[in-house]
Amino acid sequence: MPTLTYRDALNHALREEMARDPEVFLMGEEVGVYQGAYKVSRGLLEEFGPNRVVDTPITELGFAGVGIGAAMAGLRPVIEFMTWNFALLAIDQIVNNAAKLRYMSGGQVKMPIVFRGPCGAALQLGAQHSQNFESMYANVPGLKVVMPATPADAKGLLKSAIRDPDPVIFMEGEMLYNIKGEVPEGDHLVPLGLAEVKRPGDQVTLIGWGKTVSVALKAAEQLEAEGISAEVIDLRTIRPLDVATILDSVRRTHRAVVVEEGWYFAGVGAQVVDEIQKSIFDELDAPVLRVNGADVPMPYNKHLEKAAKASPEKVVAAAKQVLYLV
Amino acid sequence: MATKILMEALSPTMEEGRLVEWKKQEGDPVAAGEILAEVETDKAVMDLQARAAGTLLKHVAAAGTTVPVGNLVGIIGEKGEDISALVGAAGKPAPKAAAPASVATAPAIAASAPALRPAADGGRIKASPLARKVAADRGLDLGRIPGSGPEGRVILRDLESVVAPAVSPGRRAVAVTRGADRPSYEDVPLTQIRKTIARRLAQSIGPIPTFYLTTEVDMDRVWEARGQLNAAAAPPAGEAPTGKVSFNDIVLKATALALRQHPACNAWWQDDRIRYWHEVHLSVAVAIEDGLITPVVRYADQKSLREIGAEVRELAARARDRRLTPEEYTGGTFSLSNLGMFEIDQFTAVINPPEAGILAVGSIVEKPVVRDGAVVPGRRMRLTMSCDHRVIDGATGAAFLRTLKQMLENPLALVW
Repeated sequence: MPTLTYRDALNHALREEMARDPEVFLMGEEVGVYQGAYKVSRGLLEEFGPNRVVDTPITELGFAGVGIGAAMAGLRPVIEFMTWNFALLAIDQIVNNAAKLRYMSGGQVKMPIVFRGPCGAALQLGAQHSQNFESMYANVPGLKVVMPATPADAKGLLKSAIRDPDPVIFMEGEMLYNIKGEVPEGDHLVPLGLAEVKRPGDQVTLIGWGKTVSVALKAAEQLEAEGISAEVIDLRTIRPLDVATILDSVRRTHRAVVVEEGWYFAGVGAQVVDEIQKSIFDELDAPVLRVNGADVPMPYNKHLEKAAKASPEKVVAAAKQVLYLV
Repeated sequence: MATKILMEALSPTMEEGRLVEWKKQEGDPVAAGEILAEVETDKAVMDLQARAAGTLLKHVAAAGTTVPVGNLVGIIGEKGEDISALVGAAGKPAPKAAAPASVATAPAIAASAPALRPAADGGRIKASPLARKVAADRGLDLGRIPGSGPEGRVILRDLESVVAPAVSPGRRAVAVTRGADRPSYEDVPLTQIRKTIARRLAQSIGPIPTFYLTTEVDMDRVWEARGQLNAAAAPPAGEAPTGKVSFNDIVLKATALALRQHPACNAWWQDDRIRYWHEVHLSVAVAIEDGLITPVVRYADQKSLREIGAEVRELAARARDRRLTPEEYTGGTFSLSNLGMFEIDQFTAVINPPEAGILAVGSIVEKPVVRDGAVVPGRRMRLTMSCDHRVIDGATGAAFLRTLKQMLENPLALVW
């Protein structure tokens, strides 16, 4: 199995799907001539030509709408946002059109569209460029929300998202583009709506997605050094949420910590906690705890930014708390 | 700081208690845990313990008076302390004290260990949902388990070292399969048909839809066997006699063994499910002055006739003195009532909920019976089983009774 970066795994997914299906096309700022702000679309213009790799002006609302129209007309657009921070300008198209047209047309209009781009904080990009919006999009019926954490999942989930008949919000991570991992060649599909146990354990369940999967895995390593066995679950898809995998794990461990890059209030973690307490209240030996990004606009100051992020140390502390070890 | 002495719920069903006698007088120093008074509950005479140390300042309730649970009976404090405000409020009902650990129906809770969180401290027991579930499954009383979580929360870890005490202290523990590895019972949620049966039958005849099954048992062989057992157990001249085996002991033992073969009759009605017990604990009705009580012979299926006999006599004696602890008269899985000594041939007994069955044992009667085509004298005993139809169906109860009858007619089955 070849080792690829997350960036190249996404590139392979796009290339394979565009080669497989002539209705798939990529559109966004700098995706063509510049080969992508983060080089995810490297080589695609050359291979598929300007009709299928379309550079747009800086008009998120406009090209999101063009994509939605193309999907209505039968194409399978992949709309790249340079980051999800800029997609705030396009949210009317996404929420009011992409999410609703299939429903409001009684199924006459199909909406096979993918909106993708990086989200969350990187390093010192400032408050307006360091935000997570998965909880906002996951709140909207009609949207699917996907956040891959590894190169293999990035490829498998993007291919599944492109083939999905419904609008998919696909959130990558700027800090993830360079990570490497083994990626299956060819038609590697990871179904939407399936979480994965990234590390087995039996004393506490750590639940993350996107960037926090690696945070949870590092925390699990630190816990193991102290003799504590932690299971790490990667949600992979936020909506539809794979509740069964979460419950299966917590039924065994009786304790859970949800690790979320974004803000605490009404975050995705709150939904995860609700699913747990609602279904397996009697299995819990401790309240489920959440580790989140600090409840502030992301500080620009390097030290403050570090302090505001979810970290393995914070996860270890929470795990010990639910194990009554502190 | 003065502390109120409240009437505590000393039995699972107690609503009021009669203060029999003060063991400490006004002005006496008391330590926490010391016995302040004797209280007669609806079931037994129990000790009221001090929940605080200090001086017993006041008997608010006089000996002989009956006080509702949760009401003031006395005050502990420092010598000379002004307690007029507390005494003045005595007429008003005090907040009702929580019943001690509402798992009164759970079996085999250590009788000797005092509750760590007594009713009078007013707090509910804090436990994680998992700890509550595990404690209920294992029949543990959370109120007696120290919690190591925040604010004394009982968590799973606290239960791991606790073993459910199976036998009352002081009696020989029979090892075999008691307690240890396997759960004491299995809860089976009600199926729709059982729900419908329960609802329809309860509509017809009161909350426990009871039906009765009677069978007549040939007791000739039991008669013979008992005579031989007692002759063999007769002590050498000059030694005190050991307990004789009674017919009641034999019926108890046979009932316990038959229940083991018919777990469907060894069960509790639990409203939304039926609890099928893996253990046999027999409640034995004992007549006492002004009433009756049912001390429990635990693990009756695993005890010898002699053990059963000695235990029943000991429990019955203390029952008549009203000295049984709640643990000794709760937690039975099936009941037995014997009026044979009153020359009652046959009667129906009232079910002792949540148990689903009770066996009414009549006297052994000499009568003409037909054997091999000829009328000969024989000894017969009538058994009538009252069945909770929500749990036990006719054929289920009949199959149990048939096994019991066969055992008594062939008493070797008791040792098989």
